Amino acid sequence: MRFDLLFGAIAFCAVAGVPFFIPWATVMLTIALGVGLAVLGVVVLLRAGQISFGHGLYYAAGAYTVAFLVQARLGLDTLLLLPAGALVATVIAVAFGFFAVRYRDIFFAMINLAVSMVAFSLLEKLYSITGGGDGLNVARPTLAGLKLGRVSFEFWMFYTTLAIVVVVALVVGRYLASPLGKGLEAIKSNETRLEYLGVSSARILHIAYGVSACLAGLGGGVIAIVTGHVAPEFAYWVRSGEFVFIAILGGAGNVVGAFAGSIVYEIVRNYAAAFAADYWQTILGVSLIAIIMFAPQGLTQMRFGKKRGGA
Amino acid sequence: MIAKAAMAALSAAVLAITPASAVEKPKELVIGITTFLSGPASVFGVPGKNAADMLIADINAKGGILGVPVRAIVIDEGAGANQLMSEYRRVVLNEGAQVMLASVSSANCLALSPVAEDLEVPNILWDCSSPRIFEDNKYKYSVRTQAHTGAEMLAAALYLVKNKPNFKTIAGVNQDYAAGRDQWGLFLTALKALKPDVQVVAELFPKFGAPDYSTEISRLQALKPDVVVNTSWGGDLDTFVQQAAARGFMTQSTFVLPLGESSLERLGDAVPAGVIIGGRGDHYFLHPKHLKDAAFQDFVKRYHDKTGAYPIYPVFHMAQAMAALQDAYVKAAKDNNGQWPSKDQLLAAFQNLKFHGLTSDVTIRADHQGLEDQLIGTTIRVPQYPFAVLDNISIYPGALVTTPIGDKSAEWLSKIKPAMASDPSIETFAAAK
Repeated sequence: MRFDLLFGAIAFCAVAGVPFFIPWATVMLTIALGVGLAVLGVVVLLRAGQISFGHGLYYAAGAYTVAFLVQARLGLDTLLLLPAGALVATVIAVAFGFFAVRYRDIFFAMINLAVSMVAFSLLEKLYSITGGGDGLNVARPTLAGLKLGRVSFEFWMFYTTLAIVVVVALVVGRYLASPLGKGLEAIKSNETRLEYLGVSSARILHIAYGVSACLAGLGGGVIAIVTGHVAPEFAYWVRSGEFVFIAILGGAGNVVGAFAGSIVYEIVRNYAAAFAADYWQTILGVSLIAIIMFAPQGLTQMRFGKKRGGA
Repeated sequence: MIAKAAMAALSAAVLAITPASAVEKPKELVIGITTFLSGPASVFGVPGKNAADMLIADINAKGGILGVPVRAIVIDEGAGANQLMSEYRRVVLNEGAQVMLASVSSANCLALSPVAEDLEVPNILWDCSSPRIFEDNKYKYSVRTQAHTGAEMLAAALYLVKNKPNFKTIAGVNQDYAAGRDQWGLFLTALKALKPDVQVVAELFPKFGAPDYSTEISRLQALKPDVVVNTSWGGDLDTFVQQAAARGFMTQSTFVLPLGESSLERLGDAVPAGVIIGGRGDHYFLHPKHLKDAAFQDFVKRYHDKTGAYPIYPVFHMAQAMAALQDAYVKAAKDNNGQWPSKDQLLAAFQNLKFHGLTSDVTIRADHQGLEDQLIGTTIRVPQYPFAVLDNISIYPGALVTTPIGDKSAEWLSKIKPAMASDPSIETFAAAK
């Protein structure tokens, strides 16, 4: 935990300074942090050894909630839109959780995948409501009551997201260290024993499922506002797979890993696209293979592993 | 106190990164082009990029635009809307692109037009077809150098009722995504206005990218519609036509393929005579009005030599976008006493701009929509080409078939009169011999 905090603090300072030194990277980093929130949701479930290949559903739920609210012209502020997105995602997850948490491993992954693909098809087919494959545009909302121009909005939205990320990272770190969080590790190592101790593993997983959907919804909301556009591909399985991939890339062992992973992923993807429009997929693939080969535990684990003498 | 100081520092930083405006002649004119380099729509995106490379080389060989060489940065649309938007942003803000050309996909145009507005960058919609872009919104920075789905579908419907007046039943097979549904919806609206007694026997929406159409073909063969409309493109259209041809279905009904021009060469023998084909504008490598133009001939030959294929509609669309860009700069400079124009002057120049790509002239209306002629023909087989070519070509003037300013395509198309099919402004040509 102390290493986490120290590392987190260093990472925070590095990221917080970016808009001053490399202003054009502001939006890219905001997107990376937004995606990082969704990845953190996946990390929470990974603690219990469960992989969800359907978190795109909650990511899309947050994003579309924000899009609908903005389209409804209620004049809601960013600081209200984001919790609203997270709330809708959480409600869906809690409802669906009654089924989902009964399953483990591959079945858990698959039922999540199935439901997210149903959501994907609905977003595509309900053309008159969701805009179909064209998606919806999200006009820029106010931020803390202020109507900002593009440059200042991007600047302040970055710090808003960073603040959210810091709060979320601390709260989730605390949660994972609490009995509820420790219960997740117990589910991974020996679920039967956990039940014999008188703890309901379904309840622990249900709460974790809600928390992780809340994070994904929050991330989706940030992305909807920052990019100004939502599309059904938010719920597509490739996007869900990306979250799992980034979680493993960053290292599932700690909270910072989710954000480190998503920042690295976003940078690699952007540079690959910038330098080789024709071959960006290849470059992305090769660099990801390299990371897996040389840092199989994830980027953050690699550092910590050495310091701790092989954790 | 610290908070205050931090706020002041941040505000200063915000001010510092606000771009300053200056209108000096740049060393080079950087343009960004979004097009599909990966994914199924690369059948349009890659020809579009090849055309851009050739056209930019041509412009630079003549000294560039107003003496400024042009450099293009290509962005892949295949990465999905979100990454496309951050790339678009990067190319404008970081690479300093002064004009953007977006996009092949309508979904991407719908997503990028507000971004262009936000970034205050002139944005040429070079290939996308959704009428919603200018009918649902007003954009200052986006202009379209080509037609939209409304005009394209109307032309196909006009051609059908004029040339096959006696058909009774019709079936639609269209890709299940926003554009496929829009195309079929607008085609049917126009057709019902032109021929109110038409009977729709099937509306099929196979999955986008479907590898097999045997169910659809069996169903259609059982229903025996007089006319089958298929607005799909690329691999989907090729697969459908090949499977339909293998079962002898292509000659049983009259097929209408409004985007078929882009597949004719690839499909070779699979397309029989008698299929009604459109090319999203008056785009055809054997264009009856321009076949004798030296510039047209030269470009078609060079394109064929370079890529091994005849140019298809995205190539012509790219030529239109490049011509509009060039002409707008020249016009704007003229209005600015020969000086390099500002962004606003360039945008003003696009208004009512009439420019010549490779085929007929296109005019940009006050609502930034291009008026582009539409070419529709019927296939015949000739010995010179190993694939079907077009005969009995009709060219519909853009002014006739484009939804008027202020109207929405779906409403306007429902009110058109059957007499439009015989409008005197429509020109008809026999096949090029």
